[in-house]
Amino acid sequence: MEIIKELIIGLFYIIVFPGLLFLVIYGGLSEWLDRKFYAQMQNRQGPPWYQPFADIIKLMSKQVIIPKAADKKMFKILPFIAIAAINTSIFMIPIFSNSALYGFRGDIIAVIYLLSIPTATLFLIGWSSTSPYATIGSMRVLTQLFAYEVPLLIAVLGPCILAGSWSIEDVAVFFTNNPWLMLVNIIGFLVAIVALQGKLERVPFDIPHAETEIVGGVFTEYSGRLYGFMRLALDMEMVVVAALINAVFLGGSFGYSGWIGLLLFVIKTEFVVFLLSVLKAAMARVKINQMVDFCWKWLAPFAILQILICIVARFMING
Amino acid sequence: MPKITVPLGPQHPALKEPGSFMLSLEGEEIKDAVLRLGYNHRGVEKAAEARNYVQNIYLLERVCGICSHAHATAYVHNVEEIAQLEVPQRAKAIRMIVGELERLHSHLLWLGVAGHEIGFDTLFMYSWRDRELVLDALEEISGNRVHYSMNSIGGVRRDMSNEQIKKVLGILKTLEKRIKYYITVGTEESTILARTQGVGVLPKDEALKRCATGPQGRASGVDRDVRRDNPYLLYDKVDFKVITQDSCDVFGRLVVRALEMVESCKILKQVLENMPSGDIAVKAPIKIGPGEAVNRYEAPRGEDIHYLKANGTDVPARVKVRAPTLANFESVAYMLEGDTLADAPLIIAAIDPCFSCTDRMSLVQTGTGKSGIMSFKELRAYSIEEYKKKGIDFSKL
Repeated sequence: MEIIKELIIGLFYIIVFPGLLFLVIYGGLSEWLDRKFYAQMQNRQGPPWYQPFADIIKLMSKQVIIPKAADKKMFKILPFIAIAAINTSIFMIPIFSNSALYGFRGDIIAVIYLLSIPTATLFLIGWSSTSPYATIGSMRVLTQLFAYEVPLLIAVLGPCILAGSWSIEDVAVFFTNNPWLMLVNIIGFLVAIVALQGKLERVPFDIPHAETEIVGGVFTEYSGRLYGFMRLALDMEMVVVAALINAVFLGGSFGYSGWIGLLLFVIKTEFVVFLLSVLKAAMARVKINQMVDFCWKWLAPFAILQILICIVARFMING
Repeated sequence: MPKITVPLGPQHPALKEPGSFMLSLEGEEIKDAVLRLGYNHRGVEKAAEARNYVQNIYLLERVCGICSHAHATAYVHNVEEIAQLEVPQRAKAIRMIVGELERLHSHLLWLGVAGHEIGFDTLFMYSWRDRELVLDALEEISGNRVHYSMNSIGGVRRDMSNEQIKKVLGILKTLEKRIKYYITVGTEESTILARTQGVGVLPKDEALKRCATGPQGRASGVDRDVRRDNPYLLYDKVDFKVITQDSCDVFGRLVVRALEMVESCKILKQVLENMPSGDIAVKAPIKIGPGEAVNRYEAPRGEDIHYLKANGTDVPARVKVRAPTLANFESVAYMLEGDTLADAPLIIAAIDPCFSCTDRMSLVQTGTGKSGIMSFKELRAYSIEEYKKKGIDFSKL
């Protein structure tokens, strides 16, 4: 009986909360908010709230066409690998309270590692669909990965150094206890937000699927259900990343749980989404060489500066 | 690194009309570009020989959706020259107003398209919203948003009332503010600068050699503008500057177009505030000629040349259109080479291409890839042969 009970609880975690269902619903709503913000900034109306779900449902009902030259197994399986990786990473991030489902020492590294799996699947998707647009798209995905990943990782490590722990939970608790110290991390926060535009492949870093250059980029050959799942994976990734930023930089739930925790979570993650939309609306897409230049010449040094500030601040707190 | 050939077109999100650009890439760099037109040929010149002079205004206005007034006016100028008609001053002024409003709407449209090509959709949405103001003004004057149908042989078809003039002046005031804003955005926003400066370079000697016209040529330092060099309508009576830039890149083209909008507003104000009075049209004969005429018109995209041969009947013997895109298209392959794939859509968009205006018929045999020009006899024999296969005999026709 015990085993069955545990199994049911485990399945509930994976499928309903904080797993698949929660991520899908909240991801869809976040996508809608992102599109609405973006539309309002462009003087447009924007879609109704159910638009992302309608899109997914429509895609699910469409025919799937797999190119003859493509690697069929890879082509079919990759979207689900991306979803699985994202789904796993949410278990280590605190959501409505300051405790994560399966937090452990060093889980921040695990989360960042898990979040780079979807990017790797994007590369493989482009590579296995063998069309010229998708191939160029996947080359760009990899180039971009090496540009933003390092600044993002360094920026996220800043708060960990300050809190003196490698666990996301501990970082959230640390900032809940010392909210003023969040201001120390302001550079790291901005670096992370910009690097996330690269991770989520949005303007100005939507180079891997720049539609006026390479049509759909890595997704060019994808259609129907498989494309729907891939879109879903990107929405879910946005939520997970926003939750990570919330826990690491914005103090998690400030010790609250329940409804207030939920409210704080929604407000803060949507604030992150809002910042991402502002960046998206205010800039043009840059070229891949400019993107790499920018990440290494500006983002990485600022992230390192943040680390130095955090080390100094740490000594001052202890001393 | 292996070479990849990327087809940009005939169907591609970056292109608003079909045209084929085969780009050979080494990494991201374009090593070689093969351009092909011919997906949009409509045979307008031939069709014009089967219609009378008045019907042809309607037809030639549809050569292009954006510079419709340019083509119609250039054609009407030719007819009037052969028939030796003296067009009233007021008609000239109204033609000029529509022509300059058209330039404003074309340049704003271009700005939006260029913004979209570099992924700056906010600029796209903003400039197209403000383009609506110009379209409103055009609708106020002519009743239509895109094909204005203002020209008739010997004048224009509608007069402008004082209220209309006031309304258009009011719209211009708002528009000038918006244009100033776009100039600031276009010349100061760092990602736009990063994407446009040093991209698609066309030096002055190359521009001259490849016959670049309009904003494309002027951005490469070619100081030519039909409105100043060979004034038609009332352009010799208004004060305006011809904008040139020496940067020779896409940024220069952006600046030229943006500043030209300011000049257009200036011209419009001068004309609207000093509207000549009098008739708007003179009576035109039905049969024109014989004779021939060539006229040039500074369309938003560059110099538009029309040739007309009349033989004394009510139908023209020959109408020849050289749309500005045909002149500018020559330099695209040159500009593409050496730039990156990411620049390609912008470089193509920067000539403000209009493929359907420019399309010529050429024969390409599938399989062999042999291309050439068919004479009329050959084409007729070929089509008779084709239809015989379907069981219809046209050989006696």
